[in-house]
Amino acid sequence: MTTAPAAQTIRIDLRLIADMVAPGARVLDVGCGDGTLLAHLTREKGVDGRGIELSMDGVSRCVKHGLSVIQGDAETDLKDYPPDAFDYVILSQTIQAMRDPRGVLNTMVRIGRRAIVSLPNFGYLPIRLQLLFRGRMPVTERLGYQWWETPNIHFCTIADFVELCAQMGIVIEKTAIVDKAGRVTRRSPTGLANLLGEQGVFLLRRG
Amino acid sequence: MPPSDTPAAPARPIDTAALPGHRAHLGAGAPLRLDCGADLGPFTIAYQTYGALNADRTNAVLVCHALTGDHYVLDRHPVTGKDGWWERMVGPGRPVDTDRYFVICSNIIGGCMGSAGPLEPDPATGEPYGLNFPVITIPDMVRAQKMLIEHLGIKQLFCVIGGSMGGMQVLEWATAYPESVFSAIPIATASRHSAQNIAFHEVGRQAIMADPDWAGGTYHRQGTRPHRGLAVARMAAHITYLSEPALHRKFGRNLQNRERVTYGFDADFQVESYLRHQGISFVERFDANSYLYITRAMDYFDLARDHGGTLSNAFRLPDGRGTPVRFCVVSFSSDWLFPTAESRAVVHALNAVAANVSFVEVQTDKGHDAFLLDEPEFYQVVHGFIEGCARHRGLIPRRSAQTT
Repeated sequence: MTTAPAAQTIRIDLRLIADMVAPGARVLDVGCGDGTLLAHLTREKGVDGRGIELSMDGVSRCVKHGLSVIQGDAETDLKDYPPDAFDYVILSQTIQAMRDPRGVLNTMVRIGRRAIVSLPNFGYLPIRLQLLFRGRMPVTERLGYQWWETPNIHFCTIADFVELCAQMGIVIEKTAIVDKAGRVTRRSPTGLANLLGEQGVFLLRRG
Repeated sequence: MPPSDTPAAPARPIDTAALPGHRAHLGAGAPLRLDCGADLGPFTIAYQTYGALNADRTNAVLVCHALTGDHYVLDRHPVTGKDGWWERMVGPGRPVDTDRYFVICSNIIGGCMGSAGPLEPDPATGEPYGLNFPVITIPDMVRAQKMLIEHLGIKQLFCVIGGSMGGMQVLEWATAYPESVFSAIPIATASRHSAQNIAFHEVGRQAIMADPDWAGGTYHRQGTRPHRGLAVARMAAHITYLSEPALHRKFGRNLQNRERVTYGFDADFQVESYLRHQGISFVERFDANSYLYITRAMDYFDLARDHGGTLSNAFRLPDGRGTPVRFCVVSFSSDWLFPTAESRAVVHALNAVAANVSFVEVQTDKGHDAFLLDEPEFYQVVHGFIEGCARHRGLIPRRSAQTT
């Protein structure tokens, strides 16, 4: 894994996700991209890691580096896995690009004993201000697409996500809210987190 | 065919006894029980090896060849004089690195390059088997290979790799002997031969059997060979190995050595001339009866049917756990003989038992044959997968300390 970034340089949400994973666990990373998180988890935590990725480019980069990754679509390929096939199923910064986020969440907590979801918070104050004062769809560093080209079709806020979990009977075991500077705040996912958190990381299990 | 495109003389039968390579004589004590119910034994398997087996006997890689392939993976072919058929994959510094791994490739039973098959003498009569050779299946081929591997003193193969029919053998190995396979790379293949594939094979078989020189399969007795029928079979099959874009790029509607069409049935088009050449060069090195047997074996292959109709059951151990074999499934986007959907079905079945699987569809317009051609992405993926498996298997690249 010569090209994988060093431990301290991985994205903050990936580091927070990694902190939630027990050493030696069986992990499925959904939308694993170029395998940065999988490589990190394999190296630092000794996990038995797998991945699913849509792009051939990402998949072949992963497999070339010895990671077990299949080319596929989470919304069709996850359903084959048996219950509790993994200790953790991870979805980082991808739920907003899913056609059916509920279906994917349901599947994740079925095939994993735990699920870990990180998401960009559309309720974050600067995003609200962009919409309020400019009257334009927000484009930020993290959400760097124009409205007509974005793969992100199902944006939500931290409050929306917490509400959806409650509706679906999914238990949030742990939350980490990250602010603009990449600092983790200790806030609960309700309240001001929805205004001041740029992203949220959630450890979930079925209720 | 016009005289210019007919082989000068019917190719002579291959003298398999004189072929280079190793030979194992198996099944003398206990014969091989075939799926059709017949017993095969004693019988011979012709094979080649490259590299050295390590002291722990943990670095053996079995390469499974495709329908018309043979065991000359790296050597110059004794009949055609061409380079080995998979020199891009196997060799020093290649994905299957012969400096690190002990590579074995056997000519399958039913073949015609020295393994037991219709061309070889029946021990009972001393005459070539011809159609008295029992009908074989992919599992039969793999059982024979298992006997060869045991004969070589190897308990577990580090990797089994192969494309097309070779990929079927890989799937059969991994499901029949999961404890004997550490990793498996089925390429451009399927868990079953589709109706369309069976249909194409039937065209080839009918072409052979319609050739008067086939003589009911007894051509060896009268010193003829059904080379016309076999050439037509090869021509039809060869089209299925390519893709429309690749054919178009290579030949288009270009004419062969002429300015305009001749209003006749000469090979006016380059693509015709190319196919005729493919057919003719094939009959030099292949036996028509072998072609019948091997295409039949592929037609019969159906892994799900052999496991109660559910493909994922094939990848389950008797105790219900998923297979421990690590898989890397590869397909090619323009392969219409074994399309990506077939590979995806295998991947889904492996997911259903939470097996360790990688899967890549390589983007190419070269069709089914892409697994034999220059596709850098493909070789890099296989290289990376094998490297990863070597780490998990504890095969450290210390050549001098590891090899015997």
